[in-house]
Amino acid sequence: MLTYTLKRLLQGVVTVWFIATVTFFAMHALPGNPLESEKGMSETIRANLDKKFGLDKPEYVQYFTYMFNMVKGDFGLSFKHENRSVNSIIRERFPVSAILGILAIVFAGLGGVLWGALTAIYRNRWPDILIIILVIVGISVPSFVFASVGQLGLVFLNRFFGTTVLPVAGWGEISHMLTPALILGLGTMAFLTRLMRSSMLEIVNADFIRTARSKGVPPTQVFAKHQLRNAVLPVVTVLGPSIAGITTGGFVVENIFGIPGLGQYFVLAVQQSDYGVIMGTTVFYGAFLVFMVILVDLLYAWIDPRVRLE
Amino acid sequence: MTDTIVPPPAPPSEGVATNVIPGSGKQLAWYFLYGTVGLVAIILVLGYLQQEFTVGNINQAAVDYETNSINLVLSEEPPQLDSGTATDSVSGMLLGHVMEGLLRYNANDELIPGIAHDWEVSEQAARFHLREDAFWSDGTPVTAHDFVFAWRRALAVETASQYAFIMYPIKNAEKVNRGELPTEELGVTAVSDYELEIQLERPTPFFASLTAFTTFFPINEAFYKTRGDNYATNAEDLIFNGPFSMVHWAHDASVRLEKNPYYWNKDAVRLDAINFGYILRDSEARLRLFESGAIVFAGIAAENLDKALEKRWLIKEHNSGAVYFTEINHRPERLTANWNLRRALQLVNDPVELVNKVVKIPGFQPGESIFPTWIKGVDGYFRDEYPMKEHVPNPVLAREHLAKAMEELNLTSPPTLTLLSGDNPTSNKQSEYFQAHWRKHLGIEIRIDRQIFKQRLAKMQSGDFDLVLAGWAPDYDDGLTFGDLFASWNENNRGRYVSEYVDKNVRIAQNSTDPRERMEAFNKVQHRIYDDVAIILNYESGSLYVIDERVGGVSRRVIGADPDYAFAYLIDEES
Amino acid sequence: MTDQSLSFKPISIEQDAEVLTRPSRSYWEDAWYRLCQNRRALASLFIVIFMVLFAIAGPWVWTKDPAVQNLDQTSVPPWANRAYEIAEPYTPMVSPPPARTSTATNQIDEITVLGEATSIFVRLQWSIVPNASGYQIYRNIVETLPEYPPGVPLARIRGANETFYEDRLDLRPRTYWYSIVPIDDDGEELGPLSTLEVDVAPSTTIDDAEKRGWLDPDKTYQPGDTVYSPFAPLGTDYLGRDLLARLMYGARVSLFIGVIAPFLFVVMGILYGSIAGFIGGNLDAVLMRFADFVVALPFLLFMILFKLAFGVDSESSGIIAMLIALVLLSWPATARLVRGQILQIREEGYVSASRLLGTPTHWLIARHMIPNTLGVILVTFTFAVPSTIFTEAFLSFIGMGVEPPTPSWGSMCNDGRKTMETTPHELIFPAIFISITVLAFNILGDGLRDALDARMRAAE
Repeated sequence: MLTYTLKRLLQGVVTVWFIATVTFFAMHALPGNPLESEKGMSETIRANLDKKFGLDKPEYVQYFTYMFNMVKGDFGLSFKHENRSVNSIIRERFPVSAILGILAIVFAGLGGVLWGALTAIYRNRWPDILIIILVIVGISVPSFVFASVGQLGLVFLNRFFGTTVLPVAGWGEISHMLTPALILGLGTMAFLTRLMRSSMLEIVNADFIRTARSKGVPPTQVFAKHQLRNAVLPVVTVLGPSIAGITTGGFVVENIFGIPGLGQYFVLAVQQSDYGVIMGTTVFYGAFLVFMVILVDLLYAWIDPRVRLE
Repeated sequence: MTDTIVPPPAPPSEGVATNVIPGSGKQLAWYFLYGTVGLVAIILVLGYLQQEFTVGNINQAAVDYETNSINLVLSEEPPQLDSGTATDSVSGMLLGHVMEGLLRYNANDELIPGIAHDWEVSEQAARFHLREDAFWSDGTPVTAHDFVFAWRRALAVETASQYAFIMYPIKNAEKVNRGELPTEELGVTAVSDYELEIQLERPTPFFASLTAFTTFFPINEAFYKTRGDNYATNAEDLIFNGPFSMVHWAHDASVRLEKNPYYWNKDAVRLDAINFGYILRDSEARLRLFESGAIVFAGIAAENLDKALEKRWLIKEHNSGAVYFTEINHRPERLTANWNLRRALQLVNDPVELVNKVVKIPGFQPGESIFPTWIKGVDGYFRDEYPMKEHVPNPVLAREHLAKAMEELNLTSPPTLTLLSGDNPTSNKQSEYFQAHWRKHLGIEIRIDRQIFKQRLAKMQSGDFDLVLAGWAPDYDDGLTFGDLFASWNENNRGRYVSEYVDKNVRIAQNSTDPRERMEAFNKVQHRIYDDVAIILNYESGSLYVIDERVGGVSRRVIGADPDYAFAYLIDEES
Repeated sequence: MTDQSLSFKPISIEQDAEVLTRPSRSYWEDAWYRLCQNRRALASLFIVIFMVLFAIAGPWVWTKDPAVQNLDQTSVPPWANRAYEIAEPYTPMVSPPPARTSTATNQIDEITVLGEATSIFVRLQWSIVPNASGYQIYRNIVETLPEYPPGVPLARIRGANETFYEDRLDLRPRTYWYSIVPIDDDGEELGPLSTLEVDVAPSTTIDDAEKRGWLDPDKTYQPGDTVYSPFAPLGTDYLGRDLLARLMYGARVSLFIGVIAPFLFVVMGILYGSIAGFIGGNLDAVLMRFADFVVALPFLLFMILFKLAFGVDSESSGIIAMLIALVLLSWPATARLVRGQILQIREEGYVSASRLLGTPTHWLIARHMIPNTLGVILVTFTFAVPSTIFTEAFLSFIGMGVEPPTPSWGSMCNDGRKTMETTPHELIFPAIFISITVLAFNILGDGLRDALDARMRAAE
C-alpha cells in the first residue's frame, strides 16, 4: 500500500510537470504576448518591457527559469496585475472559490438526497411532480442564463420586500454566498435528485428490504437503515468527480455575481495572455485534479477490499 | 429457436408505486429537519471562513447620508495603481481621485491649478510654481523633488512604462528611456522645493495639459524606497496627495476611498467617502446592481435603454471623445492597397445608418473626420472652423470604383476580405453589420476573423488583416493626439499608411506654435485621410449612463479620470 | 414417451401443447423492446429526431436567409406591426422655416413637428428663447412628467436661433414624448421643460425597402403605398434577422458540435480505455497517467491554439477548431470508464469460463467485452451530448464561441440575455431549444440505461 501510494504520488508529480511543460509551450505558441497593448509601442518601450518581464531571453531559458522557480514554489508575477505575485493571487482567490464550491456541493448533495428521497416516496404525486419540474429546469438551462435570470429574480425579490433580502452581487457576508452557491450547485443537485430517486425505487424491491420487513423490523428503521443508506451510496460515488468540476467551473457565477474567486482568473488569464496567471492556475488546478484522482483511487481501495492495488 | 422458453419480461414498473415503506414520509421529515440544521451550521462555518479570507469587505447602500458617502462598482480589478506604469481606464480613474498632478481639469474640461498654482510654458521651457500647502497623506509636503523623482522613474529603462512616450517632449526624455543617457540628464530640475523647471526637446504648446496626465503624477521618493517592489500593490503601499486617499483595497472585491485630510483643497471635497463595493465585469449585472439600489452609477447599452426609460431613471449622455474607424491595411501585398477598392468600401459606408440603426445610442455621432468635434481650434472648436466635406454614401459610384479596382487587380469577381474583430459583443455586432453591408452593396465577401484581445493586437501589429475595427481615445488635450495617428512613423498606424503629404503636415503641427498654422495643417491632414481612404470613419463615441438622482457634481471627461467623483456631493433629502 | 407407470395421456402431434414460449430476443432486441415500453424515453427519442430534422431539413422548409439584416425591424416580437407606408425619399432639410420667438425668457412655448412624424425622421421646431445659448432635447417612451427625469438626452444644440432638430435615432412606430429646454453657456437648464407628444407612423423609403428586400420586383411602388416587412414567426434579433431561420442554422452548429464531438471522443475513449484495460500491466499505468495529464490541460488555451492553427476559415466558422479541442481533451473520462468496465468484465465468471473453453481473444472481445460495455458507453454518450451543448453555450458566453455571423444556440442565448427584460423572446426561444434538446438527451440516456441494464429492469 505504502509503496503503491508513493509510486502514484511520484507519477502525479511527473504528470504535473508534463502539464506545466505543455501549457508553457502552448501558451508561447500563441501569437502576441501579454505585453501587447492597444496603444502602439515604440521599439524602445517594447524592449524595456520585454526586459522587465524577461521576455527578451530565448524561450528555453524562460522555460528553465520558470521551472526552477516553480520547484521552489514560486509561480512568478502576473503580467496584467503588475507586481502582484501569482502565488498571492492563488492564495487569496482559491479559498473564495473553494468556499463557494463547498457550499454548492453541500446544497447539491443534501438537496439531491432529500429531494430524491421525497420524490421516491411521493412518487407521481404533487411533491414529486413539482420537484421533477425544478429538476428539469436545473438540468436543462445553461448556467449563464440561469445565473442572469436568478439575479433578476433577486432584484424583484428585494423590490417586493422593499429591502435587501438577498444582495444582487458582491462578496463578504453570508447572504452573498447563498444565491450564487445555489445556482452553482443546481445542475449537480438536479442530477443527484434523479439518481437518488431511481436508486431509492430500485432498492425498495431489494431482497434485504423484503427480509428486514418480513422479520418485523419497524418500517421507519427499514427506511432509515436500509433503504436510504443504500440508496445514498451511488450518490456519494458521483459526488466525488463533481467537486472538481464545481470548484473549477465557477467562472459564470463568479463573473455575474462579482465574486472574487479563482474561476475568473482561469478564463481571463487566457483571454489576456497573462503568462504568469495561465501557468499558475493551470498547474495549480492540474495538481489539484491529479491528486484528487489519486486520492479517490486510494479511497476506493480502502473502502472496497475487492479492488487490489497493483 | 422460437420454441425455447424464456422468462416473461420484467413486470411493468408501475407496480413499484405502492411499494413505499410506511412511515417513511415522517422519517424523511426528520431528515429534512436534520438537513436544514446541518446546512445552517455549514453555512455559518463557511460564512466565518468567508470573512477570514475576505479582507474587511465593505458593502453599503448606494447613498449613505449618515457617512456622507456613495457606493459604486468597478468594471474590473484595477491592474495597477502605480502612476508611472498605469495604462488602463480603471486605474486611471482611481488614480485621478487619490493623486494630483501639477494641473487638473475642472467640470468643463478646462485646465485648472492642481499642485501647481501658477505656470508658464514657452517654446523651450516650462516653469511650474507649486503651492506650499499641498501635502502627502503622511503629512510630508509635496515638493518639486517628488515630480522630478516620478518623472525620472517613469522614463527609466527598468520601469518600462508603456506611457513613457507621453514624456518625450521633455528634453532628453527619449534618450533616457532608451538607456542612452542616465536619468539625471532628463530636462527636469527642482529649482527650489516649490519650483519646477522643465527644458523642452521641441516646442510643445500643449505641454501644460500633459501634466494632468497620470504618468506625470508625483511620487514620494522616501515612501517609494520603503516599499520597493511592492509599491502600489496594496492600499497601504501607496500614499496620496489627491482629494481622497485609499483606505482599503480588497483585490477583486472592493476599494474604499476616504476624504484626504491633507489635501490642499479639502474644503471643495464634499463627500466623506467613495466606496467601490463591487467589482463586476458583466455589464448587465452592474445595471441590476443599480436597479436594486446598491450603486449610484451604471453605464447603459442600447439594449437597456427602453428599460431605463420605463423605470424613469435619470439618464445622462456623455461624449467620450474617442473616434472609431475601420483601419485599412495599406501594405503593398494587400488587395486593400488599391485605392479604388478602398474608395468603393468608403463610398458605401453609411455612418449615419450605423449610428442610428446599429449603435442606437444618443451621444454617438456619425464619423466625419479623424478629429472629433471636441478638439479645440484657433478660437472655438476645430471642426466648426474647418468643417469636413460631407460624406454621402453612393453605391452606384462605389460599384464603378470596385469595377476599376477589379480591373487593376486582375480579379474576375469581387474579392474576399478579412475583417479582424474583437471578441466583445459590440464589435461582433458591428462586424456582422459591415459584413452584410459590404456584401449587399458591393458583393464583397467579408471574413470575420474574431480574435481575443492580445491575439487581435498581435495580428494588428504584424499586419495580418485587410480591415480591422479600431478606435482611438485621446492621450492629451490637443489635436495632435489624433493628428499624428497616421504619420508614417506612428506605431499606432497599424495599416502602414504612408503619405509624405500627411507626414509633412504632422511635422508642421508638431513644431509650430502658431495655432492657425497648426490648425491649417490639421485641416490638410483630415482631408487627405479622407481622400486617400487611409481609414474609413465610423463614429465618434458617446456613452449613456444612469445616475442616482441624489448625487450631484459627477464629472465625465474626455481626458483624465472618468467618471470623476472627486467633487461630487449628495443632494439633500427633501424635508 | 409412453411410460406405463405414469398415467399421462400422450397428446397427438397435431395438438399444440400449452405454449409458454415467446420469440426469443437478443440482448439488443430486448433492450429496444424495453426502450419502446418507456414512453418518456420514446418521446425523447422523437424530440431528438425532430431536432435533427429541424437542423437538416428546416432551412428547406423555412427558406429565409439567417444572415439577412433588417435594420428597421430589430428585436421585434412575432406580433410586431409589419405594415409600412412608403414615404418620399429622404432629403435633409437644408433651411427650416423661420421660428417665432417665445414670450417667456426661460421656457419654450411651442414645439411643432415639421411635416409628418414617421419612423424615418421626426423634425422638430420650437420657438426661440433669445437669451438661451442653446437647447437640450430629450426623448421619452413614457409620458414625461415634471416629477420624473425627462428621458434620454438626445442632443444638445448650440445657439439660441438654432431651433430645428431632426431625430433619426432608432425610431419605432410608437408614441414618443419630446422635451426641449433652453440652456446656458455651462449647459445648465434655464427653466422648465416643454414637452410634445408625437405619434410616429411606420414609414420607409423606396430605397430602404428595396435594400431590405421588402419589395416585389414585379410591381412599381408610389409614395403612399403600403409594404410589408417579412413575417418572422419567432420575431427577429438585434440586427433584424429572422430568429426562426437563425435557430435552424444554430441547430446545425449546436447539434453538430453537441453530437459529433461526443461521438468522436467516446469512440476515442473506447479504443484507448479498452486497450489499457485489456492489456493491463505497465502499459495500462502509463496510458492512465497520460489520461490524467490530458484532463488537466487548459481547454481554452488549446481551443485558441487550434483556432489559430486552422486560420480564418469562413466555411467552418471556428467549429472545427472547437470540435478538435473538445475531442482531444474530453476523451479521458470515457477512457477511464471503459477501462473500468473491461477490468471488471475480465474477471467475470463467464469470461473465465469462456477463456477456459479455449475461446480465442478476438471472439472474447466481440462476444463478451463489447456487448457488455456498449450499454454503458451508449449511456455515456447520451449524457455527453447535453454537456457538450452546454460547453458550446459557455464558450459563447465568454465570447469564444463560433464566429459570427454563424449562429449557435449558445451565442443566441448570450445575445438574448442582454435584452431579457425588454425583448424576452430573443432569450426564450434559443433557451427553450437548448433546454428541450438537453432534456431529451438526458431522458433518452436514462431510458437507455434502464433498457440496457438488466438489473435496472425493476427500477423505473
